[in-house]
Formats: sequence, structure tokens, C-alpha cells
Amino acid sequence: MAGTLEWQLATVTAVRDETATVRTFTLGLPAWQGHRPGQHVDVRLTAADGYSVERSYSIASEPERPDAIDVTVERIPDGEVSPFLHDVVVPGDRLEVRGPIGGYFVWGASLGGPLLLVAGGSGVVPLMAMIRHRERAGRDVRTRLLFSSRHAEEIIYRAELDELAARNDGLEVVHTLTRSSPPGWTGYTRRIDDRMLGEVLEPLGIGARTYICGPTALVEVAANALVRLGLPPDRVRTERFGPTGT
Amino acid sequence: MSGRFVTRGFVGRRGGTGAGSDPDAEVASRTPPGQYLTRDFPVLSAGPTPRTPLDRWSLRVEGLVREPVSWTWKEFLALPVRDWVVDISCVTKWTKLDMRWRGVSVDTLLERVELDPSAAFLVAWSDGGYTTNLPLGDVLNGQAFVAYEYDGRPLSPEHGGPARLVVPGRYFWKSAKWIRGLRLQAEDEPGFWESLGYHNRGDQWREERYSGD
Repeated sequence: MAGTLEWQLATVTAVRDETATVRTFTLGLPAWQGHRPGQHVDVRLTAADGYSVERSYSIASEPERPDAIDVTVERIPDGEVSPFLHDVVVPGDRLEVRGPIGGYFVWGASLGGPLLLVAGGSGVVPLMAMIRHRERAGRDVRTRLLFSSRHAEEIIYRAELDELAARNDGLEVVHTLTRSSPPGWTGYTRRIDDRMLGEVLEPLGIGARTYICGPTALVEVAANALVRLGLPPDRVRTERFGPTGT
Repeated sequence: MSGRFVTRGFVGRRGGTGAGSDPDAEVASRTPPGQYLTRDFPVLSAGPTPRTPLDRWSLRVEGLVREPVSWTWKEFLALPVRDWVVDISCVTKWTKLDMRWRGVSVDTLLERVELDPSAAFLVAWSDGGYTTNLPLGDVLNGQAFVAYEYDGRPLSPEHGGPARLVVPGRYFWKSAKWIRGLRLQAEDEPGFWESLGYHNRGDQWREERYSGD
């Protein structure tokens, strides 16, 4: 990353509900330098008296799209920024943004595969940028996404993931639901564990490039299990959010 | 762009997250720019958590020293120790006040070696390959320590146990988890995040988050 990451004024050009608590904002960025899938941006909100807050949000869109990015934001009930984004921001609003940020949790088609993606909840967002990029630039990369959600109606990007997987072009999506599952559900119905990871990894082999994003507990379980299954630790890249719970 | 832009409709809640809310001015004065207060202790790591058995653990001081020195876990625990209560700021925007640690001052470690006069920087290196760089001036005189207890308990692996560097005056990525060595150098050498777009110094009070800030 060269030079200073300047704050830019983005214009919100679209707002879309993904689930009841997750929303995607399309940000028009005339001076966007481009990003790599997996990177994030900082968003800054400033009040009239100068009080300001910043948060980081993962980019959900592929870099092939010019002059705009999507950020997908989960509404944290006691948060300060995400409720504002959900409850106040509408198309036409402007937001201060800078980025892209992060140079490790990134994947591009030139890195190749096979690719194993493991997501918990809104941890799917940076992985979605990788999946969308793959569709545009790396369809020959065999890819499996293991995606843990609590309930079926909380699965982020479900329709798009179904559609992409239905192309049978080397992307497979495996869901697990940890709290409830609808009648006829054929995916897993438990928290991610060693056996599940072993089954999902098996067709890819231990040469898989692996990206895991989600709550800390999920990331710890998944990363440790994959190392035990034989993946070299430096092939397992992680991004975590939330406390340890202890 | 200056900070003059005002976000339509934003008033703000002031003073951080619900858990950490505190209108007290002293608390506000301890929160660096762009940070929010939390009472959680979030975990951020770039890869799997390494687990080195204590009987194979050692801490080494090497590089521009007359004689490198290495401590086993038992020897490390026998070094003079002290308690620290410090505020920590992570570049991902959280700040946690009054974190209670026990550990060995970097001063204590460096007193056990004879530094080459040209030594001006150090690289902290860790299990798993992580590195971070600091000028000596950022770690001497009680500014940094190697912690092995947090809040009265052994430091958990997720938080960098058995031992991590803690440099409260810099963003938390400088506080290398799973530390195994300090290498003294004449020249600065960017570490892991410092090579991936993050600021070389990382002073949270100057908001030195990213390269070029």
C-alpha cells in the first residue's frame, strides 16, 4: 500500500436487506483505487459538533466492479455505528470512507486454489468478495464454502449462493444451522466440528488455501481442527470478531 | 479531506459502547482518537493459534548483543516480575482501560545482555512466524513487558499465551502474541503487519493506523 489512505466521500447508491438484521450498502466511490477480495474499509461518522466514530467493515463486492463497493453490515443492537447505518442511512446519503485496508486475509484468482472458505454468520462477507471475484476471474478454482448460521432465515446471501452453486462450475456451498432447521433441510445441523471440517476438506485435500472468518470461538475451532487435519498453519488465514467469552 | 464533513443525521452516543459507556471526562481523555471503549477482550490473529508445550518454550534475546541469552519457561518465571495496569488500544478501534497484567519488563530482559552500541531497533518474533518491529526508544524505561498473566490468570493461548509482548503506548499489533524472541538490530525492519499496509510506528495518540498516516 503506497501513500496515505485518504478519507473519501462515498455516495450511498443502494441499500438492500440481506436478512432481518443484515443490510448491504452500495457505496459509489469516484476515486476508488481498487481492492483485493478480503479487504475492508473504515467508515467515519461525524456529528455537527465534531464528535466522530470509526468502524471497519469488510468489502463484499468483487474488485472487477468499477467505482463502487458493497459493504454488508450486521445491526448490532447496542452498537453505535451499525444501528445508525441501518436506521438512518438511505440512498443519496454520503459517508466518509477510506481503504482498502488489510493485506493478509486476501485472495485473488492468481493465487489459485483449491479454496476452502469457512464462515460464521456475517463472517461470510469478506469470503463473498472472494466468491464473487472467483466467478468473474477464477472459475477454474475449485472452491468449497462451509457456512454456519443459526437459523435458515439468517443465512446471508442465500439466494445468490444457491444460484452460484447451481452452476456446478466448481463452487460448492455447504451450510450448517446451529439453532433450528426447517423441514426438509439437508445440510448439517450442528456447530462446526472436526468431523464436519474433515468431510468438507476431503475433496480438496490438504493443499487447500483456507480462509476462516467469524466469531472467535468458531475461528478457533475451525483453525485448530484444520491444522490437526494436516493443513500447514501458514495456509490457514483467519479473521475474527468478538470477545473470547471468558 | 478535512474532518469538516458532517454525516447527515448522526448525533452519536458518546463515550463508547453500551458496556463501556462512561461520560466521565477522565475516561474520555484516556480514549485515543477514533477509538471506542469496550469491556470485552477481543481476539484478532492472522492464523491458527500456536501451542508450544512449556517444556519446549524459550525466550531469546539475540542480534546485536555480545552474547545471546535464552531463558527456559522456568528460568523466565524466576526473573524479577511486576504487575502492570495499562490501557490498550487495538487498530481495529477498541480501547480497553485498566487491563491488569503480570510480566517481566523488557528493561529486565535487556539488562541480562550487553547491547552493542549500534543496536537501535528490535524485532519481536513469535511462534507461528509473526514479527513486529519497534525502536528501542519505544520499549525501554518501563514502556514494554513480556506478560504471562492477565487478570490474575495464566495468559490463554488465544490472547497470546504462554507469553506475549505488551507495549501499551502503541496499537496492540505491536504487542506480539506467543513471543519467543527479541532480535536487536542497527536498522529498522518492518514486521508482519508493518509490511502489509499498517503504520511502522503505530502511535494510537497520533492515530497512526495505516502506512502514510
